[in-house]
Amino acid sequence: MVENDLAINLARVQFAFTVSFHFLFPAFTIGIASYLAVLEGLWLKTDKGVYANLYRYWLKIFAVVFAMGVVSGIVMSYQFGTNWSVFSDKAGPVIGPLMAYEVLTAFFLEAGFLGVMLFGINKVGRKLHFVATLAVAVGTFISAFWILSVNSWMQTPVGYAINDVGQFVPAAGWWDIVWNPSFPYRLVHTVLAAYLTTAFAVGAVGAWHLLRDGTNPGARKMFSMAMWMAALVAPAQIFMGDLHGLNTLEHQPAKVMAMEGHYQSHPDGAPLILFGIPNSADKRVDYAIAIPKASSLILKHDLNAPLAGLDTIPEADQPPVGIVFWSFRIMVGLGFAMLGIGLWSLFARSRKKLYDWPWLHRAALAMGPSGFIAVLAGWVTTEVGRQPFTVYGLLRTSESAAPLDAPAVAASLLAFVLVYFIVFGAGIVYLFKLAAKPPEAHEPTPDDAPIRSAGTTPAAAVLEGDHEEGVAP
Amino acid sequence: MNGLDLTVIWAGIIAFAVVIYVIMDGFDLGIGILFPNFRVGPDRDTAMNSIAPVWDGNETWLVLGGGGLLAAFPLAYAIILPALYAPIIAMLLGLVLRGVAFEFRWRDPAHRARWDLAFTAGSVIATFAQGVTLGALLQGITVEGRAYAGGWWEWLTPFSLLTGFALLVGYALLGCCWLIWKTEGALQRQCYSYAGRLGILLLVAIAVVSIATPFLEAEYYTRWLAYPGVLATAQIPLATLIISFLYFRSLSKRQQATPFFYALGLFGLSLVGLGVSMWPDVIPGRVTIWEAAAPYESQLFMLVGAAIMVPIILAYTAWAYWVFRGKVGSDGYH
Repeated sequence: MVENDLAINLARVQFAFTVSFHFLFPAFTIGIASYLAVLEGLWLKTDKGVYANLYRYWLKIFAVVFAMGVVSGIVMSYQFGTNWSVFSDKAGPVIGPLMAYEVLTAFFLEAGFLGVMLFGINKVGRKLHFVATLAVAVGTFISAFWILSVNSWMQTPVGYAINDVGQFVPAAGWWDIVWNPSFPYRLVHTVLAAYLTTAFAVGAVGAWHLLRDGTNPGARKMFSMAMWMAALVAPAQIFMGDLHGLNTLEHQPAKVMAMEGHYQSHPDGAPLILFGIPNSADKRVDYAIAIPKASSLILKHDLNAPLAGLDTIPEADQPPVGIVFWSFRIMVGLGFAMLGIGLWSLFARSRKKLYDWPWLHRAALAMGPSGFIAVLAGWVTTEVGRQPFTVYGLLRTSESAAPLDAPAVAASLLAFVLVYFIVFGAGIVYLFKLAAKPPEAHEPTPDDAPIRSAGTTPAAAVLEGDHEEGVAP
Repeated sequence: MNGLDLTVIWAGIIAFAVVIYVIMDGFDLGIGILFPNFRVGPDRDTAMNSIAPVWDGNETWLVLGGGGLLAAFPLAYAIILPALYAPIIAMLLGLVLRGVAFEFRWRDPAHRARWDLAFTAGSVIATFAQGVTLGALLQGITVEGRAYAGGWWEWLTPFSLLTGFALLVGYALLGCCWLIWKTEGALQRQCYSYAGRLGILLLVAIAVVSIATPFLEAEYYTRWLAYPGVLATAQIPLATLIISFLYFRSLSKRQQATPFFYALGLFGLSLVGLGVSMWPDVIPGRVTIWEAAAPYESQLFMLVGAAIMVPIILAYTAWAYWVFRGKVGSDGYH
């Protein structure tokens, strides 16, 4: 039994490690793909070179991120079987078709048009190339749609029956399963998070170059676009996060109790614990700084509404409080910091100082990684908050794992850690190198790279007769 | 089953995905296997550029094979993957290494040699692991109830190592023929010289695997050699001989595109042979496709999607290949 626990815990660590690495990349590619589609669309509409240059600039970064997303994603699609085979057997009839739809409607779309997007501008022309960019962008969104539907079903399972060999089987129509109760909230919340992640990454790159050369038109444009996104999406995200939280309270109250640090029930209004150290042994939050009754106000819109605590949940069904409590606060804190940057940028813009306030640029630079951290923290909150179940309330994590020996899982975990740190570490270094170069007026493609359009191509001909900064992506 | 057996249809769709995967990712993995033999500089760049726009789409068929297996035959997915844990993990890590090399080698010229090495190592590991996986599945898996019940080294046998090596040869041959088609000059001449030797090696490998297979399981023996079925199954080695002859003749005539298609034919026949051995089992000798099948509702829901999407996927994939048709140069497609 101890041996078995060790194998399961190793498998959990391996899944958490590989999915965390993976998640960073799609969180970025969903955003950049849409950003690229907007840039190319604006270029087609206005014919302004700055958009084409920014397209080429971000396309190089996109290609690296996308490659890492693809290879780390293939790992995920097999790891359900290699390490969580009992879960796969039992939940496969319900979640399998949704994942198959992800492959059929999203992965092929992205992969099929990626080649044209990266290498095909001079072969297919501007309009068809824009179609390829759109196809990739739409593909990233469809992918998020299906995989988040799967994840949401695991959080809020509906529309199933259990057959005589213990499998979950569809029983109430697929519409109910796909649109399970937490899915709409999780989808919008996650896609907005991807947009914010990209906005702050793009904003930080723009800010970095503005701090060096405030006149660089590419840097100004990307910073301005990123700050519009921050100002518009951050408040929308906070509103959406609140709705998602209310939905979680309805369907997974134990998760919200852990997020709030509510070990005890509060019959006449629960306090909002801003900070503190959860102490699960003594069932209380040490050194708590709390606003009385504010949690009831947020969650029930009533100061005196009673809120149940973890004391109403059997010990064996409780999620680990500490991790969920902290990851939730990191996410929310970063969300409000993003809102702050967005408002600051609006103020600067209204004073016509968007490109002139170095402290705004420094703050935006510091916030560059904020989206990635917030996305991971949010993911940890929802996934650890689902514990100790894989299918919430129905199938325990401890009863989901594959019959593997601990040494086998330990060896694979070690191999994943080594390969991921080397490979993705190098990839992240390359991303920084690409982003450290300022966007140039005639944004080039790297020497020898397959993304070549210089030389005898139409794009170069356009360039020669045109002193605008126009150049094909 | 009322006339239309979805389980059989789904077995067909997954077999189709596996066939498409093997021939499509086969040639780009094969280029990775051959890569160290190409001259550093324009030849390597050309070889890489010939697959850069399509490798990602090729690999997606592997995800469809895995995802489809989970969805249509969850029990098979749940038994096979833990049973083949080490080779599957090795394959995934190999695919990680080679997949990023496509981008990274251009981004870091100072360390290009290292990423070229990662490209080759990843391709060799992934291919060998796929071959081992196939062999291990064919030789049988210990099953108890609804789970794998063997140890974590059960897959390792002389037969699975043999299939691992056989697939290395096969993919290298596909990659070689792809480059004959897509390149010219010295690189093409080099590939012509490899294609003959690899062809002979592949025929030897096919022969050894084919002779060994009927003795792995009594059922394979009857499926292949019992009368009157043998009249049909005997056509497979016969066709293999004919296509081999055409393959070598196309090489000696210095034809450019046709060797690739004859190579695909050899692969197709090998996979038909695999089908003859396994049908109607999904885990040979243990679990049939009907025992592993997901419920009717799950299969039907997916079938709607597959029936609509697969033709569309094939259409735009063909378009993407068409966009990048013709010979490729060291500085990309013109």
